[in-house]
Amino acid sequence: MTEVKTSLPRVAAIMAAVAGLGLAGCNDTGGDPKLQIGANPVLPPVHQYLLPPIRIATPVRWGSETPKVPQGLQVHALATGLQHPRSVYVLPNGDVLVVESNGPKAPIFRPKDLVTGVVETLAGAKAKDANRITLLRDTNGDGIPDVRSVFLDHLNSPFGVALVGHDLYIANTDAIMRYPYQDGQTSITTKGTKLTDLPGGPIDHHWTKSLLASPDGSKLYVGVGSNSNIAENGLQAEYERAAIWEVDRATGAHRIFASGTRNPTGLQWEPTTGKLWAIANERDEIGPDLVPDYLTSVQDGGFYGWPYSYYGQHLDPRVQPQRPDLVAKAIVPDYALSSHVAPLGFAMSSGHNLPANYQSGAFVGEHGSWDRTPLNGYKVVFVPFRDGKPSGPAQDVVTGFLDANNHTHGRPVGLAVDRSGALLIADDVGNAVWRVSSAGVSATPKPAS
Amino acid sequence: MNKPESTGLANRPRASALRRPIHQILVPFPVAYFAAAFATDLAYWRTAEVMWYRFSVWLIAGGLVMAAFVALAAVVDLFRNQRPAWIRALAYAAAVVLSILNVLVHSRDGYTAVVPTGLTLSGVVFVVLLFAMSPGWTLTHRYRIGAKA
Repeated sequence: MTEVKTSLPRVAAIMAAVAGLGLAGCNDTGGDPKLQIGANPVLPPVHQYLLPPIRIATPVRWGSETPKVPQGLQVHALATGLQHPRSVYVLPNGDVLVVESNGPKAPIFRPKDLVTGVVETLAGAKAKDANRITLLRDTNGDGIPDVRSVFLDHLNSPFGVALVGHDLYIANTDAIMRYPYQDGQTSITTKGTKLTDLPGGPIDHHWTKSLLASPDGSKLYVGVGSNSNIAENGLQAEYERAAIWEVDRATGAHRIFASGTRNPTGLQWEPTTGKLWAIANERDEIGPDLVPDYLTSVQDGGFYGWPYSYYGQHLDPRVQPQRPDLVAKAIVPDYALSSHVAPLGFAMSSGHNLPANYQSGAFVGEHGSWDRTPLNGYKVVFVPFRDGKPSGPAQDVVTGFLDANNHTHGRPVGLAVDRSGALLIADDVGNAVWRVSSAGVSATPKPAS
Repeated sequence: MNKPESTGLANRPRASALRRPIHQILVPFPVAYFAAAFATDLAYWRTAEVMWYRFSVWLIAGGLVMAAFVALAAVVDLFRNQRPAWIRALAYAAAVVLSILNVLVHSRDGYTAVVPTGLTLSGVVFVVLLFAMSPGWTLTHRYRIGAKA
């Protein structure tokens, strides 16, 4: 029995170590997000976990409540009862397209993937999606749509939409499809034509494909997300991913316009400079304050770090073999939005309808964190711009998605500015589209045709 | 270990079959899985080929599932009048506890899921089990058959 006496303390020590490490993971709270907003975010050291923190917000219905807006703005539901709306697009005649979509079924590669599935279900992210686009039309200009029709059905996890002339492009998760569109059409039944394939299954980790047409209509820009958090599915799975594609509209040929953007979920033209800007979701599981998601201008041929580094030359230890040649030229993004906010919606202000302080700048829809304490995001912010560049801290514009008990009524996703200049917000947990306009201004100035 | 099976059939006590440890059947599974995980960890360390690390994490997770069955069976065996072989049982338990840590480390994303912490833990578990299991595949002594632990 003497051996027992020596063994027991050893086991006890190991057990204590396990408990201690577990607690260390749980008590790791994030700092003030304000320190990570703007051009020079504070970046703490990398922290790797035994138990990565998971902090999800339980969904509860909106009921009679709505999101909250500051004084001078008003908000109302443009549509409710939708099925997982992810993005909104405004046609030239004022009709609003709502893309109702969710990701394809994720494969199980590791025991962890089983846990991830449960977490997503609890957060309301596994809701049944319709894989369709619904059209909303307000014919009498009261701000309440009176026509609602299924515009396009049987799509494959669609996200991005772009209209060039009479060609309507839909970015499914695995291809860009082209449909003929006539002004005023409320539904399209013709079969689409494939312009080009996009990186899709079988993994398809980041499935949303954002889409933007060039001002002259000759090119389409596509935001293609990475196939993993940090290349854990192998670099072969990342071929032409984590990149912004430039697709030739006439031929469907593409080139990589920019790379190293982990998940570029929104693309916009900055109106004064005509430069391409993007929002991107950065990597997880190295701390509550790493890595800040960002808003940046996109340089032709630019490399933005993923997976090897972040914010320039900050190396990610989880990637081997490293690529010092690429890291050396990694560009620091222009504007950090703080960590894990999950920017999924991006719209440049049109400069009319909304109050003067929203004349010039970018709206960003922050879907909200799932791996950070306290929660971050769950709101729409406005980043003011001057001379084509961000000129100040991000301001909260639409809040109230998260209640005092950290339950979610909704989560903002895609954004668009409608013909009158009001802001539209897709809400994929509340299954609604919200419209934010100036308080006291009639809902829509002009009736749609 | 003594081999009571060698006593003649005629002299064998009636309850002998009942005294055989149940967990003995299951003990080799986690040992084999954890040892294999050390091998696939070594392969991943050298190649950075994702397949090896997926093997590792499933092997460790599978080993833990089997270890849970071993624990259940061992508890049943204790109720069946078998006394623990302390050194082996504790060494085995330590290997399982380290493997719980190890499956969490292996659930990280990327190269650091294995190198260096995961690989080290797999190696330590392998060595501990090698010593713990070398005398035999049981965590208990059969009643009144007093092999020294």
